[in-house]
Amino acid sequence: MNGFSQPARWERFFWPMLASALLLALWHYSVRWSGTRVFPSPVEVEKGMAELLRHHVLWGDIVDSLRRVALGYGAAVLIGVPLGLTLGWYPAANQVVNPVMQILRPISPIAWIPVAIIFFGIGDGAAVFLIFLGAFFPIVVACINGVANVPSVYRRAGRNFGLTPPQLLAKVLFPAALPQILVGLRIALGIAWLVVVAAEMIAVDSGLGFLVIDSRNSGKRYDLVVAAILLIGVIGLALDVAFRRLEKLRSVRWGFRLES
Amino acid sequence: MAQAQPIVAPAVVRTKLSVDRVSVAFERDGKRTEVLRDIDLEVGDGEFVCLLGPSGCGKTTLLNAMAGFLSPSSGAIRVDGETVRGPDPRRIFVFQERGVFPWLTVEGNIGFGLSKLPKTERDPRIAHYIRMVGLQGFEKTYPQELSGGMKQRLEVARALAVNPDMLLLDEPFGALDSITRLGLRAELLRIWEAERKTIIFVTHDIDEAVQLADRVVVMSARPARIQEIVTIDIAHPRDISSPRYLDLRDGIFQQIGLAHKL
Repeated sequence: MNGFSQPARWERFFWPMLASALLLALWHYSVRWSGTRVFPSPVEVEKGMAELLRHHVLWGDIVDSLRRVALGYGAAVLIGVPLGLTLGWYPAANQVVNPVMQILRPISPIAWIPVAIIFFGIGDGAAVFLIFLGAFFPIVVACINGVANVPSVYRRAGRNFGLTPPQLLAKVLFPAALPQILVGLRIALGIAWLVVVAAEMIAVDSGLGFLVIDSRNSGKRYDLVVAAILLIGVIGLALDVAFRRLEKLRSVRWGFRLES
Repeated sequence: MAQAQPIVAPAVVRTKLSVDRVSVAFERDGKRTEVLRDIDLEVGDGEFVCLLGPSGCGKTTLLNAMAGFLSPSSGAIRVDGETVRGPDPRRIFVFQERGVFPWLTVEGNIGFGLSKLPKTERDPRIAHYIRMVGLQGFEKTYPQELSGGMKQRLEVARALAVNPDMLLLDEPFGALDSITRLGLRAELLRIWEAERKTIIFVTHDIDEAVQLADRVVVMSARPARIQEIVTIDIAHPRDISSPRYLDLRDGIFQQIGLAHKL
């Protein structure tokens, strides 16, 4: 306890709204006073957004981006989680793979773009592959650490009740590591959303990333550029909020020490 | 209350557990540390034995070896004449309340070792042990929301639910406040009298040992040997102000080398 009382309900909305409004005002007046003809004001961005919606291109781009993330991230989860659990379970195997992983892990997925294009050509495949790469390593590492950090008391209790190794993995190690794995999955989802935008600027001709670069290239429509950027932020936030709801599930909540 | 019955010397009881010249040594950084030296102990079926000794003397190591979590460097541990080679659901180790699984409810924890049973058998069994440890109304609660004493009772219930012959308790009440401890000791005795499991109970608390055990095994500092085995010939419920109780307690105090004065 720190002695501060809970903020009142209205305060929890009021102050953030005020901050956002001030920021918009700052933006608006900066554009006005500087007399820039390139950078759009908030009102112009809003008009640009409306225009995108009217021409029905926006939904297509959003769906394309989300589909690529779903595929690349989904593949990273399906391969990364079992692999990470296995490596956490067999420290000897982990020692063999670890050096390679540690070298690959800090490489920005953007650096792989030329390689992805060789393998998959220009198209969805390359974008999905890049997202997969970005999400894969954080997931694997979270699973390895999650399993390695399970207190030995739980392992011993599981063995005491006569569990076979596969049962021990499924009924003790996995649930015990789940909170840490969820943190890794959430970080990986954030990265996937970062990578899709970059990938779409180069490898494909649809999606929100493409919308940004295309709006600039075809007539310097910076109102549309900024509209797309804001939309990317809002969707990224929505994905994160949705994922955070998982952390509230009763069977994992113990792993997230909340103020009580 | 019924008249305290004269204690019958534990008549010819079958030996449940025998520890035969067991030594345990650990190797670390090329240095060999001897933890247990030549431990000999026989425990009868249904007996309540306390292992008592100073912190870090190796009581827990001995308990771990009995559970099958580690194998002795020499000597052998047998249960029902069969050498212990690994953990087994017939003897359940109870950790200091930290062993309950936080991702399972009270029900889920107690049912953990019962997954082989059909639901029709499992559910009544879970309900029975929830009642036995007084956790009714908390069936769907997660351990995080339970007090330390409740978590400890939950762990004991989870252990009892698989119907083991033996419970190995490692300072189970060590982390609890003294009032909760007293309550749980009484509860453990009640459960022991109802279920007649063999209990090996590790503690560094002399009073706790004399209140609970049929026999108290006093262990020396490292490398631990058995210094003395004291038979507590007082019937339950024990009057902890009776001369006999104080006698036995003081005897152990002296045995451990503590003057009974502050």
